[in-house]
Amino acid sequence: MTADFLLELRSEEIPARMQAGARADLERLFVRALADAGLPAPAITVWSTPRRLALIARDLPLATEAVREELKGPRTSAPPQALDGFLRKTGLTADQLVDRDGVWFAVVEKPGRATAAVLAEAIPAIIRAFPWPKSQRWGADSLSSEAMRWVRPLSGIIALLGGEVVPCAIGGIASGRETMGHRFHHSGVITIDGVDDYAPKLRAAHVIADQAEREAIVRTRAQAVAAEAGLVLVEDEGLVIENAGLTEWPVPLLGRFDEEFLAVPPEVIQLTARVNQKYFIATNPPRTGEGDHAQHGGGASPQAPTLANAFICTANIEAHDGGQAIIAGNRKVLAARLSDARFFWDQDQKTPLAEQAKKLGRITFHEKLGSLADKVARVADLAEWLAKEGIVPGADPAQARLAAELCKADLVTEMVGEFPELQGLMGGYYARAEGLPHAVADAIRDHYKPVGQGDAVPDAPVSVAVALADKLDTLRGFFAIDEKPTGSKDPFALRRAALGVIRIITENRLRLAVAEGDLLTFFADRLKVQQREAGVRHDLIDAVLALGGENDLVRLLARVHALQAFVGTEDGRNLLAGYKRAANILKKETWAPLPQTHEPEAAEAALAEALAAAGPGVDAAIAEEDFTAAMAALASLRAPIDHFFDAVTVNDADANKRANRLALLDLFRAAVHKVSDFSRIEG
Amino acid sequence: MADAAPMPPSFQDMILRLHAYWSAQGCLILQPYDMRVGAGTFHTATTLRSLGPEPWNAAYVQPSRRPTDGRYGENPNRLQHYYQYQVIMKPSPARFQELYLGSLFAIGIDPLLHDIRFVEDDWESPTLGAWGLGWEVWCDGMEVSQFTYFQQMGGFDCKPVAGELTYGLERLAMYIQGVDNVYDLRFNDAGTTYGEVFLENERQMSKWNFEVADTDTLFEGFRRAEAECQRAIAAHVPIAAYEQAIEASHLFNLLQARGVISVQERASYMGRVRDCARGSCEAYMARYHDEWAAKFPGWSA
Repeated sequence: MTADFLLELRSEEIPARMQAGARADLERLFVRALADAGLPAPAITVWSTPRRLALIARDLPLATEAVREELKGPRTSAPPQALDGFLRKTGLTADQLVDRDGVWFAVVEKPGRATAAVLAEAIPAIIRAFPWPKSQRWGADSLSSEAMRWVRPLSGIIALLGGEVVPCAIGGIASGRETMGHRFHHSGVITIDGVDDYAPKLRAAHVIADQAEREAIVRTRAQAVAAEAGLVLVEDEGLVIENAGLTEWPVPLLGRFDEEFLAVPPEVIQLTARVNQKYFIATNPPRTGEGDHAQHGGGASPQAPTLANAFICTANIEAHDGGQAIIAGNRKVLAARLSDARFFWDQDQKTPLAEQAKKLGRITFHEKLGSLADKVARVADLAEWLAKEGIVPGADPAQARLAAELCKADLVTEMVGEFPELQGLMGGYYARAEGLPHAVADAIRDHYKPVGQGDAVPDAPVSVAVALADKLDTLRGFFAIDEKPTGSKDPFALRRAALGVIRIITENRLRLAVAEGDLLTFFADRLKVQQREAGVRHDLIDAVLALGGENDLVRLLARVHALQAFVGTEDGRNLLAGYKRAANILKKETWAPLPQTHEPEAAEAALAEALAAAGPGVDAAIAEEDFTAAMAALASLRAPIDHFFDAVTVNDADANKRANRLALLDLFRAAVHKVSDFSRIEG
Repeated sequence: MADAAPMPPSFQDMILRLHAYWSAQGCLILQPYDMRVGAGTFHTATTLRSLGPEPWNAAYVQPSRRPTDGRYGENPNRLQHYYQYQVIMKPSPARFQELYLGSLFAIGIDPLLHDIRFVEDDWESPTLGAWGLGWEVWCDGMEVSQFTYFQQMGGFDCKPVAGELTYGLERLAMYIQGVDNVYDLRFNDAGTTYGEVFLENERQMSKWNFEVADTDTLFEGFRRAEAECQRAIAAHVPIAAYEQAIEASHLFNLLQARGVISVQERASYMGRVRDCARGSCEAYMARYHDEWAAKFPGWSA
């Protein structure tokens, strides 16, 4: 016998961003509660709306299995304390035990429990244990410290197993079969018979219980209203989910805003619409020929579609005027926000960035590292130097200095004060509006890049110089004042900055000594993490770093890549084995150099000859940074070293022979070390 | 408003309707606190009364001063002096949301014509050592109220929790009257506008806040209020201490508007205001603690 189970936890509005997590948590806690009672995991569906979490479990057995458990106790001959202990543990009396061949056994019969009883206990426990990111107390019960908590006040519980109420209660709320429909489209309670009429009855009361269905409505209707207006929706899955989490009956509506606002950069409009109002935006359909709205080039590629003067909001009602009042109201709110944005845009352009930059002296970068103006001055020196020295090839030193001097100026503009996420981007716009060279404007715009793993790395020379200088200055500064990241703490985002430096240097193949000391070690650690994802072995990076003094990341990686290729070959593996054997011997033995008093054996002579031949080859290849050739030169030592170990006894009784052979192995080790410290290589 | 709806209420009628509505829900209708404050929450009817176990239901209008928001009367929706309508109900009633929606209906908002939404917005006042969970209430995408279940006040858990509503009256009135400039609001139904009542006030007070106010006097006032707050705490008159805390808070806001507090000093001044406010709340709790514990079994601070 099985039955279906319905649970609905109705509350005041659950934040949209928490709903997906809540669905997963409810399912997990429910399955665990069943498992604890010995019930198998059923097929489960979990739904959320702003005002309810619902769970449907199909085909639950009506009772748990009866369990018969036998516990082995002490021997019947054991002292009485042992028996007492066993009785305490089992909660039985001596006459309930069974004597089997001189050993006491307790036989415990656990009868099956009604699933309804299991659920009646589990539901309040799940509610009490629910891991909301933030929860609250409410109402009269909150007089006590032990009052229950929920994300917002909990107002009702439906718990029906096979259509029967599973009776339970928590915080003064008793389970039942009644729920509420849409806040405005339905009044009075809805009585639910069971799993099958839950969603249909809610739908009749203007509530779509399944978030996936609401998301689909938001997605397709938003596209449709845009298409009906001859526009193309700018798709935004985050907004789809958020709007579906804010509505029980989503109705996307399209409104227009004044075309004059299109003078403001499209990123600003999109951000205003999205972040503040949760609106979608739309673009004009692709067109050939001239006549489009004037747009700012900015970050958009020349083919990027132009923004349309439209927004799509998602209402929660089927308004009786078709949504005209809602659109009008939303248009007004958006207009107020866009007027603010346009005011900022106009206002900011009245002050040249060079003037704005002077205000950076008032902003503390870090108490021990001075103001932002101080930082900018350092970055400007460094960027100019990177260009002048040719470290960033093709970068004009004057442009690099200018861009660096202006790169933080937008932080004191009104627009960035309002939308901090537009830092850099606005500086780029304002620089272009001032008539500064595109290379300078681009460098200002892109100097924070790369921001995340997926973010593009600048490749225009001036942009590279400024982006690199900004991050290097930050890293050097914080390391100089001993503010290094520890464990999970990285308040100044230095790991991200180091990764940015690594990507800028390696992707643009820049040649410079990136750092020394602790900071170089820090770069090495970040490099290992970054390269691991590219399939590069961290022990090989260690092997190259162990040579010491390698602070040129491009050369370092070239060595590592050549090494990784080499140790993958048979020559490489064998040379490594020979190296390890030599190194082990050298580790154990001490010797002083002694003159050559005997004729070397053939294998000995061959190794010496091969070393003499390979040495200059390795050196020359390394000097030319042709590490593949250096590896190839090393590979020529493989046969001689193998042969040497096969044919020659190192620990010869003759002290001269022994010392000469150890010295030869030492030469071999030194030759290998020209390429990397093979002792760091695993395997 | 569309349809054949009756003319929306004037600014003063809107307030009268809210008073009538919340009075009918059992709230005391109080008058504004007679001191300069930044928000309705600062009224003792909210801060101090949300402490402790005694039931408390009140509604009032509170003039709110935000010196840095002054725009010399030239911005259509920013004011350095505006009105908040504040409702506080302790313990928070079970149907608090429905009661709130009833108040919107009472001032002429039809929820099947306008899209009303509860959008997550948690509230925190470090100055008051207070926080709560709740929403900003949207009407057609515009925030018309703040809806909060207080969890802590003055660093103390709210036992029981109080529900707080804050309506921005000018913004709400602009919305229901369909007006784009605050100064064009109908203050009454006899032809007086909001601008006639307040425009000159905004011009003069913006000038005073930003340009005229003597900063030495303000600094001195801040120090005195802070010292007086500590004296009042020591003398076990926490309400008087709290008044000095709000005085210090407003003087700090004025100093900010005058632009004489640096970024570095800012945190330190805020900390001093917070210490005054928290100290007052602690003194208030200490004074009534035993009485409350005796009257409300199961309650503890």
